[in-house]
Amino acid sequence: MSKNIKRITTPLTEEKVKSLRAGDTVYISGVIFTGRDAAHQRLIDSLKKGDKLPFDIKDQIIYYVGPAPAKPGQAIGSAGPTTSYRMDELTVPLLELGLNGMIGKGSRSKKVIEGMKKYGAIYFAAIGGAGALIADSIKKAEIIAYEDLGPEAIRKLEVMDFPVIVVIDSEGNNLYETERQKYKK
Amino acid sequence: MRKLHVKEITQAVKEMCISANYNLGKDVIDAFEKAKENEESPVGKEIIENLIKNAQIARYNQMPMCQDTGMAVLFVELGQEVQLLDGNITDAINEGVRQGYSEGYLRKSVVSDPLIRKNTGDNTPAIIYYDIVPGDKVKITIAPKGFGSENMSKTKMLKPSDGIKGVEDFVVEVVSQAGPNPCPPIVVGVGIGGTLDKAANMAKKALIRPIGEHNELQHINEMEKRLLERINNLGIGPQGLGGITTALAVNIEVFATHIAGLPVAVNINCHASRHEERII
Repeated sequence: MSKNIKRITTPLTEEKVKSLRAGDTVYISGVIFTGRDAAHQRLIDSLKKGDKLPFDIKDQIIYYVGPAPAKPGQAIGSAGPTTSYRMDELTVPLLELGLNGMIGKGSRSKKVIEGMKKYGAIYFAAIGGAGALIADSIKKAEIIAYEDLGPEAIRKLEVMDFPVIVVIDSEGNNLYETERQKYKK
Repeated sequence: MRKLHVKEITQAVKEMCISANYNLGKDVIDAFEKAKENEESPVGKEIIENLIKNAQIARYNQMPMCQDTGMAVLFVELGQEVQLLDGNITDAINEGVRQGYSEGYLRKSVVSDPLIRKNTGDNTPAIIYYDIVPGDKVKITIAPKGFGSENMSKTKMLKPSDGIKGVEDFVVEVVSQAGPNPCPPIVVGVGIGGTLDKAANMAKKALIRPIGEHNELQHINEMEKRLLERINNLGIGPQGLGGITTALAVNIEVFATHIAGLPVAVNINCHASRHEERII
């Protein structure tokens, strides 16, 4: 991970998407949005009803996380990624609207990867279970929608050098598949 | 009879909920250190270093090591010579969970109904297993269980003729299919025998056994070693990004079963393998 660190600042434009390759270590700075199971369901329900989404997702990054509560003086509590496949069935309509990045952990479905290739998007992995370490790079957190969902509410995060690895790039190269083969005995 | 106020149980549970989530056990840290030396993948090595760092930050700042502070799973061994006073023990335990998750700034991850899915707001109810045992003590073990790994767990009713090979192939298949999802390096809990529910219960109980301790039965001890080797040969590695550290341990528990059956349950735990026990 330490080899070539690429630094990017959000929004994650098409040009930046194209510059990233599976295997790249990336430090993200700027604004990203949180959203996991229940929030995704509401976003998709809104789209079905023809309602507006609570934030403009074009060129944005969604981080699959339900943070622990902040202690006094903290911006956020422990905040590592949750497993991404649960969002698979609720992802392509968001890619279609211009969502360009997702941060989570674990495999994605064929359908999501096809959508990422078609609309141009990146899937990043953060280190699952390293929530205390990751919280260090989150400077500010503010709930912007679905407050009743508690840990699952949508938050706007301001991050600085948030460490991730590109696992699946916009051409569909998939680090989970290539790396596992190398160490299989 | 020894008299014990249930308030003492509430207090202990509260403290253990917080402590188990803030302070990763020495058994896991030691396993990280060993894995860091052995890991062949540079990315894998770096991930393990970060996990050690994460555990240090959590301990130093007294904050949860992982945002998924789990559903509280408790194993209670209640001495039959203990008389509990001032309330019922299940309410006392749930009150401890309520206080611990609130005062410890732990995430509330429990919904009241699996289909309606409304957050209970205090992480109750806990999952509690009671055993009545000889003596006048109460032993409480808590294991806050994250669901990234719980979701990757499976149970299968094998045929007796499937034998040792059938059991081992099933365990390896479950881990292989889980791939990067349960936050490897993982701990694999396996329950063999009993009934459907007994096997699953043993698999969960296997996860609270400290890493490095093995089953006393020779043939099971050998199976644990064989399975660990096969799992680490899958190539999944830390976080699924390749490497030889997919599991830190395979812990197996066994029980008598029926002439017609061979139940096997595989319960996966992430590297935040949290467990803490206290005797009151």
